[in-house]
Amino acid sequence: MESLTAILIGVLTAAAVYMMLARNIMRFMFGLILLSNAVNLTIFTAGRMTKGEPALVPYGQDAPLTDIGNALPQALVLTAIVIGFGLLAFLLALVFEAYRRLHVVDTDAMRHAEPKEDTTK
Amino acid sequence: MSWVLVMPLVIPFITAVIAFILRNSPANRWVSVVGSVLALVAAAVLMVSVLKEGVVAAQMSNWSAPFGITLVADYLSAVMVVITAITGLATTVYALGEIPEETEKLGFYALFQTLLAGVTGAFLTGDLFNLYVWFEVMLIASFSLLVIGGGKERLDAGIKYVALNLVSTLVFLSGIGMLYGVTGTLNMADLRGAVAAAENQGLITVIAMMFMVGFGVKAAVFPLFFWLPASYHTPYFAVSAVFAGLLTKVGVYALMRMFSLVFVGDIGFTHEILLWVSLLTMFTGVIGAAAQTDFRKILSFHIISQIGYMTLGLALFTPLALMGGVFYLVHHIIVKANLFFVAGLARQYAGSTDLNRIGGLYKSAPLLAALFIIPAFSLAGFPPLSGFWAKYLIVKAALELNFWFVTFVSLFVGLLTIYSMTKIWAMAFWKPHPDGIDPTPNRAPPQVTRAMILPIAALAAMTIVIGFYPEPFVQFAETAANQLLDPTDYVTTVLGVQP
Repeated sequence: MESLTAILIGVLTAAAVYMMLARNIMRFMFGLILLSNAVNLTIFTAGRMTKGEPALVPYGQDAPLTDIGNALPQALVLTAIVIGFGLLAFLLALVFEAYRRLHVVDTDAMRHAEPKEDTTK
Repeated sequence: MSWVLVMPLVIPFITAVIAFILRNSPANRWVSVVGSVLALVAAAVLMVSVLKEGVVAAQMSNWSAPFGITLVADYLSAVMVVITAITGLATTVYALGEIPEETEKLGFYALFQTLLAGVTGAFLTGDLFNLYVWFEVMLIASFSLLVIGGGKERLDAGIKYVALNLVSTLVFLSGIGMLYGVTGTLNMADLRGAVAAAENQGLITVIAMMFMVGFGVKAAVFPLFFWLPASYHTPYFAVSAVFAGLLTKVGVYALMRMFSLVFVGDIGFTHEILLWVSLLTMFTGVIGAAAQTDFRKILSFHIISQIGYMTLGLALFTPLALMGGVFYLVHHIIVKANLFFVAGLARQYAGSTDLNRIGGLYKSAPLLAALFIIPAFSLAGFPPLSGFWAKYLIVKAALELNFWFVTFVSLFVGLLTIYSMTKIWAMAFWKPHPDGIDPTPNRAPPQVTRAMILPIAALAAMTIVIGFYPEPFVQFAETAANQLLDPTDYVTTVLGVQP
């Protein structure tokens, strides 16, 4: 199972890098979303995938009775998903506003904050 | 004891909430000022207790150390928290003069306080995943502050800043995931032992490099700095001052923490890379600055160049070098924030930050000129200002190791720094204004000038004090460096008594 998710992470990362190399800011953003999912899967896989019961302690006991699954990576991934979601939502809003105001999604054409490319050569 | 560590975090958050609720009333700016003063008091209290005990740690919700989230402050963390509070207060006062009312109504002060909370959290946490969370708090606040107020320039800069910072965050996060996979712990003090005990040291080095890239983007080191000069000259001056002072330093702090506490197994490899990265950062930054003719763009490139000195202190990894690195970190926050403040006031007076379009400030605003000289020459490393001592320590450390090339580059970069500072001086202050107008202070309303010049004067005074009485500060930096090199205290305080 781990090797399968490892391959999946690799594929996702490769696709993400390919997308992020594009000049189109929308493609870049989709790449970022893919990459963020690849990273979440990395955390999940790194926490070991084992068969186990949910990490719940029965009433009246001090410790769970059977082998339990590791709850920490799930908590980490959950946090990372929520944070990533918020940041990507912000980025999407920003890109949309930039498109509305600058009328481009091509990063080469976005030179408002930086010097224009030297075209005399 | 835990309230000592929690208060510097909670105060900015509470201030942010109150400032957001009151954002439509003029009271919200005073909420921010009062909150910043309280945060400074809390930071001072923390500092006192760290001075007394060496390292202070607290377990959140009483979950004992490797399992729960730990807040911990050693000398380095404490001084960073204090300097964050000082910069926060100075910037809030400055913002009273600069930030227009419509921006205030969008929640400027709430975002600003959230940013301070995120930065403080990153300095105080003792847990790696928690550090990631604080980074995100800081990032989302900084994204909003960067684009607040609108304008094509800011949107353009915002997209580049946001996109590249998100990539670096993802690299950092996958580093965390893999480190957890190898060691099974995320507590930084616990990681020190767990990383040293790990079987696969090669994989640890790979993970260390992921952290170096992740933090390197935040710290703006070569070759990962390109987002900084693309964005730092666009937002409000108060915002770019706090960014310049604090945000890149969080990256440097994280590098210092991780590469002295956790990743010390293969110093010959990791710190050698850091050394070359530092030298290239110093050099490219200062060369970039030499090519610019805009007040803020010059200063932005200088941030990069100066970051190189700090990481150089870490890369040399001797007590003296780290001491210089810590001293540099603190000195640079004060000086760089101040220079951006000066740039803002110069723009109020002269109408632009493009050096070709302004001038004559020395004649019409001699006080501002005097206040510019202090941080500018401190940045260039003139004795007896604070920058001199910072550079002196780093150069001396390089000499002690017989690293002649490193010494040469540090001194040469210092020389080029003087060149671009004199360029600003000659073009903005000395030469007459190209439009023939007299850039008098009267061009700005007096209460605006008062709010903006007060923090400039206060920070300049601090630069002078550090310059003339460096003894206590140097001693403090020495203890901080020793704690970094030998984190036994840190580890035992966090984990309780080690068996």
